Amino acid sequence: MTDLAATDPLPKPKRDLAPILLPIALALVMIPLIGSPSTWLTLTAASLAMGMMIFIMASGLTLVFGLMDVLNFGHGAFIAVGAYVATLVFAPFAASIQADSLWVNLAVLAPAALLSMAVSGALGLVVERVLILPVYGQHLKQILMTTGGLIVAEQTLYALWGPQIIPMPLPTSLRGSFILGDVAIAKYRVLATLIGLAVFIAIQLVLNRTKLGLLIRAGVENREMVEALGYRIRRLFLGVFMTGSALAGLGGVMWALYREQVHASMSDELTVLIFVVVIIGGLGSIGGCFIGAILVAMVANYGGFLVPKLALVSNIQLMVAILMWRPRGLYAVTSR
Amino acid sequence: MSDLLKLSGVHTHIGRYHILQGIDLAVPQGQVTMLLGRNGAGKTTTLRTIMGLWQASSGEISLNGERIESRTTPDIARLGVGYVPESMAVFSDLTVKENLVLAARDGPLDDKQLEWIFGFFPALRRFWLSRAGSLSGGQKQMLSIARAIIEPRKLLLIDEPTKGLAPAIIVALIECLKEIKRKGATILLVEQNFFAARELGDNVLVMDNGTIVHRGEMAALAADVPLQERLLGLSLEAHQ
Repeated sequence: MTDLAATDPLPKPKRDLAPILLPIALALVMIPLIGSPSTWLTLTAASLAMGMMIFIMASGLTLVFGLMDVLNFGHGAFIAVGAYVATLVFAPFAASIQADSLWVNLAVLAPAALLSMAVSGALGLVVERVLILPVYGQHLKQILMTTGGLIVAEQTLYALWGPQIIPMPLPTSLRGSFILGDVAIAKYRVLATLIGLAVFIAIQLVLNRTKLGLLIRAGVENREMVEALGYRIRRLFLGVFMTGSALAGLGGVMWALYREQVHASMSDELTVLIFVVVIIGGLGSIGGCFIGAILVAMVANYGGFLVPKLALVSNIQLMVAILMWRPRGLYAVTSR
Repeated sequence: MSDLLKLSGVHTHIGRYHILQGIDLAVPQGQVTMLLGRNGAGKTTTLRTIMGLWQASSGEISLNGERIESRTTPDIARLGVGYVPESMAVFSDLTVKENLVLAARDGPLDDKQLEWIFGFFPALRRFWLSRAGSLSGGQKQMLSIARAIIEPRKLLLIDEPTKGLAPAIIVALIECLKEIKRKGATILLVEQNFFAARELGDNVLVMDNGTIVHRGEMAALAADVPLQERLLGLSLEAHQ
């Protein structure tokens, strides 16, 4: 059938490896600048752990951005709520947290994380139905509604728990470091990295191996056409929003353990990082979000070590540099 | 021949603009109805309004006697309406296979239907596992149409399938659409290419400024050069 028979095979699409190589190149460039290999390794491990935690918190937001074009400035509320819910589980089981057994520690930590995810996910359901549903397609109103929601959530946490910082000690078995020669890598950072990798792999499997994942990827690219194929994308979005909220809750627990404290405005410092990650990763791109999170954490850690004064603006500088290279982020999925 | 789709007094506003200004049309079952008109006449808006992508401000739209003007797009699609937009809107990040898996809403891909599609769109078999974004314009159009017919549909809404395609591909595409027509499909087809319209259409509707200004048999319009010039600003002879 003339040209349509396409006798010539298509050239294989090139795999875009440049963004993947970027954090590797950055890490290698830092070796001579930092000087000490052990310091470099410690900083790199810290970057990976921090990056994974930011990724967990940002992954839901990037899908929400990409899938429904919703600007959720209140995403940080799920982080704080997740952390506070974990304190409810930690408080009555303080003795188990202080026990030397890893399994006893995990017996408290795992339910705390799951409960935090459940509560944050449920809160996501309420936020989507009450705050976001009435303002779909209206960016300015979305910003106002979700920022207002964040303020209400923070003030509610203050009212319920008080203004003081709540300590959240690491379980005993996660304290200390693994010692490799003269390199010390904190145990908790290893755990955080493993959990982040597990979340990334799970999201990738869902997105690439299931019909639900196909729908999400297609919806990020062209939600109107997904609806024209007969799929109710609003329901899909609600599911993604709740999952993203639950992951933010999990990230909140992990970040609180990393800092060993919880306070109502803990998400303020994270919100900027999360938005930087989502923007440089490319709206709707999980792969871009993953690499972006590692880059942001690397710049924060290496920059904080080499030029502490620059650390305050290093993430913005990173975002500017990435957007000058790729204006739609590392991996552009949507045309927005 | 009963009418599968009917629009009565349909108005559509997009923002401040009053695009459709009282559309009345009928699409008979099992026939190809061509929707012609100049750029900006409201053809694409008509299809998008039927599909629920833009809400009609007033008027009635019925499919098989069932009112659909206040239904959502997914509900309308689930009533058996397939839509091929002007932009093709293939999911470029997904493979050809994944595009069709998504389109097969009611279950796994039907091998028999797939073979039928491969029969006139062989490129889709060849590039089965290639990303749709790497296909040529003509192949993307094939995929877009294949997506609409991968499962039986009562009605196909196709928006300018020949737009931007090379002449040889247009000829092949017309053959494909004729094959779909022979299978008894009901199609409402927007087209700027009068040659394609003449080849495919049983009936014709001509739009101008958001209203239907002519309706009749395609063959009659194809034979009436002065009418073509008056309605469309050019004749078939000039177009060829």
